[in-house]
Amino acid sequence: MSDLTLDAPAPGFTIGQYLICLRGIMWREGLRFVHQREHFVSALVRPLVWLFIFAAGFRQILGVSIIPPYETYVLYEDYVTPGLIAMIQLFNGMQSSLSMVYDREMGNMRMLLVSPFPRWFLLISKLLASTTVSILQVFAFLIVATLWGVDLPPWAFLTVLPALVLVGLMLGALGMLLSSLIKQLENFAGVMNFVIFPMFFASSALYPLWLVQQSSPVVYFVCRLNPFTYGIELIRFSLYGKLNIVALIVVAVVTTVFTVGAILAYDPARGLLVRRGGGPA
Amino acid sequence: MTAALSVEGVSHAYGTRRVLNDVSLTVPQGQFTAVLGLNGAGKTTLLSLITRLFDTQSGTISVLGYRIDRQPGEALRRLGVVFQARTLDMDLSVMENLLFHASLHGIGGREARRRATEALTDVDMADRARDKARNLSGGQMRRVEIARALLHAPRLLVLDEPTVGLDIASKLAIVTHVRALVRDRGVGVLWTTHLLDEIEPSDHLLVLHKGRSMARGIVSDVVATAGVDTLRAAFASLTEGAGEREAA
Repeated sequence: MSDLTLDAPAPGFTIGQYLICLRGIMWREGLRFVHQREHFVSALVRPLVWLFIFAAGFRQILGVSIIPPYETYVLYEDYVTPGLIAMIQLFNGMQSSLSMVYDREMGNMRMLLVSPFPRWFLLISKLLASTTVSILQVFAFLIVATLWGVDLPPWAFLTVLPALVLVGLMLGALGMLLSSLIKQLENFAGVMNFVIFPMFFASSALYPLWLVQQSSPVVYFVCRLNPFTYGIELIRFSLYGKLNIVALIVVAVVTTVFTVGAILAYDPARGLLVRRGGGPA
Repeated sequence: MTAALSVEGVSHAYGTRRVLNDVSLTVPQGQFTAVLGLNGAGKTTLLSLITRLFDTQSGTISVLGYRIDRQPGEALRRLGVVFQARTLDMDLSVMENLLFHASLHGIGGREARRRATEALTDVDMADRARDKARNLSGGQMRRVEIARALLHAPRLLVLDEPTVGLDIASKLAIVTHVRALVRDRGVGVLWTTHLLDEIEPSDHLLVLHKGRSMARGIVSDVVATAGVDTLRAAFASLTEGAGEREAA
């Protein structure tokens, strides 16, 4: 038998050990991303279909007037790009939470939860990992979009990065919170319909809000309440090196609320896993 | 010497359904302790509480003297666990599964790889390190899970019905390996089961029935106290007796 030592570990963890744990969780998410190529392909194809087909059709119908951050008339392809970036992150956030429900059903989740690191640290590491994956997907999309002729400043890849991190965290945290509320995988399809589609359509992704306001004040009101709208606007402005303060504040606050909610939901004492009255998760 | 695991007066309910009622248990270091009970006795709930998947509602649980509710990190890093359900990531290789687990305990780099290789050698799985977990047999997966549970060198190993669904040879290999861990490394083991043939006369035992502790102590003492010759007879008299008392 080997000599795996039985010395008692020193109490507490060093910063180096925290980083090892974070790196491990990100590495696993990366491996999952590499192993599931079809996820990557569909994550890329989905927004490209919108860009190539939907945007081509809408180009002639929808005139986009000069609204910030644009300083000139823009083509519909340019307008819709930030919405499609946010869509990639929305799908990724939901997919990552779907994998958490799957992991919970399969039992993999337990190995994460019995790690001695604080629960909040494990969940935030998981959020950072899924956000990183979503940013890789966004960059892949942006490269194709630029080749297609979407007009972006040369530094857009850099200026948009902080916004992508924040929006990725917001949508990942939303997914994580949802995953704690969902008992079984079968229930997840409904949530996708009730979350992804309303969030995407009732936002500024496909049409400027002033157009929405002209046709329906009620829908406009819903769009203004939708945090996804602010995520899109944060991305839209930052692509052009500008900062939308209101969007930044809303996204930051909502990210914090969702993250705290998810951490509470996965806390064994207050956890909804127990409160629902089911057997061992 | 501090007990590897100490469970005192633990009760637990899912809503109004009470599944554990005032259960106490001690796993001394370097001893094999079995929790014997039928399906639904509360064994898996007890393990979920020990591993802090659920919070303790009443009573206390300590691992090597660290309370799981007050110092969960210190308790969990001294604990290795093999759940009843399969918990390997099927898309990752055996080695990747182990390295991921090592990182969850703050062990990385060469040290993680060294420990993983040693742990796999111990369970005769070193030659399968590069294989995807999904290509392993049930018995091989269990052995990898045991190797993984020991990577961070815990003093307490808990296993929830680890031999369920395995063939006789795999089952024997696992029982033999875990008993060697107790004997040679002084690991305290908590082993839940409903199979009487996995328990030896010198083991510590807790008989759990419908969430209640029916008997506790060295197996031979439990059998003698019940006034019978075998553990099978003792278990039958303890659990049937409980049924009658409940009926009365």
